[in-house]
Amino acid sequence: MSDAAIPNPSAATLRARFGASIGASGVVGGDTIVHVVRDRAHEILAWLRDAPGERYDYLVDVTAVEYRDRERPLEVVYQLRSIPRAAMLRVKIDLARDHALVVDSVVDLWQGANWLEREVYDMFGIRFRGHPDLRRILMWETYDEGYPLRKDFPLRGRFSRAEQVRRALAADLSAHYSLDELSIAEAYDALPADMRERLATGREGEEW
Amino acid sequence: MEEGSAGVELTHGADPAGQGPAERSGFVSPNWVTTRLDDLVNWSRANSLWPMAFGTACCAIEFMATAASRFDLARFGMERVAYSPRQADVLICAGRLPFKLAPVIRRIWDQMPQPKWCISMGACASTGGIFDNYAMVQGIDTIVPVDVYVPGCPPRPEGLLYGILMLQKKIKRETIFDPGLRVEQLADRRGMFLEPAAVDELSEPFGNSVHQTRSA
Repeated sequence: MSDAAIPNPSAATLRARFGASIGASGVVGGDTIVHVVRDRAHEILAWLRDAPGERYDYLVDVTAVEYRDRERPLEVVYQLRSIPRAAMLRVKIDLARDHALVVDSVVDLWQGANWLEREVYDMFGIRFRGHPDLRRILMWETYDEGYPLRKDFPLRGRFSRAEQVRRALAADLSAHYSLDELSIAEAYDALPADMRERLATGREGEEW
Repeated sequence: MEEGSAGVELTHGADPAGQGPAERSGFVSPNWVTTRLDDLVNWSRANSLWPMAFGTACCAIEFMATAASRFDLARFGMERVAYSPRQADVLICAGRLPFKLAPVIRRIWDQMPQPKWCISMGACASTGGIFDNYAMVQGIDTIVPVDVYVPGCPPRPEGLLYGILMLQKKIKRETIFDPGLRVEQLADRRGMFLEPAAVDELSEPFGNSVHQTRSA
């Protein structure tokens, strides 16, 4: 943290390359923050991952912020890390409230974005275009009270406690914790050969 | 005789003349006993409670400490912590219960055979504790019937042991002729375990809880 006020050079490089698509940038607490426009965010993030001088190969986190000030836009935050360059960069997308809360998914760039984007969708209701499996991840799939981390969400939820308990007890456990989700079929190729054979033939193991 | 233990009377197998073989040898052989059936049943039930540990949070750490050698749950007949509800007598919910887990604990409770009891361990399991929010059940007694509440955040092992001793006392007062005692209190899948009004009343905010309104 000795170079607290020195911006990451990636900010200047981004501005030189993408021009008007780069909004405000600055250094907060030693971290360089760059705002980018939504429509080119995916392209910019892909460039940050692949450009030889950047190589942000690790996506630390995807999250979102809603400020108490209703005039301020929501922000989607990408925390990037370049392992070979030992550098951090925070990229933010401003989402105006009068537009649909949709951004492009970056799962195709970083596989690890999958569950992170699901969490942002679950908590903020921001949709990720192109996400392979955009479902709730923390709340259950039939949760119907909205998006809990939004500022207009009442802390105790929208329904009465009795209604919340009723809905919880009415939940279909086999749907929540289905074997489909933990299917052995997906892991089939990684299984040992003898187990694959047993599964294929339906034969029990050797007597012992 | 120790208070609360079964009223078991030892009777030796001597003949009325006092000339039985045991009497002659100066040794009293407890070949048979007389007692009340309730006492015998309750004595055996209370002293061989097998806990079904349902640990969700820091209370589970204290539960583990209770079961470990220093506090030694086994002294009270809880030798075996059952992780199968089919072989358990007392459900110990140690930690906060989110709504997502509510149907799980309900199914575990339904899977446990009678007779069964439930201990709610800690502030969160008993009342929701500090988690007065959208995700948390405000007291597991809105989901399953609770016999003993152990306060604390988390309770020390002594606290849990005291709750277990209270449960043992409670069991020793039961009678097998009480028709309502061992009846399953089922919550059907679309219904609830308690009336909605009762749930809302149990879940009322209290203490330093927030008073944020709901939109519906």
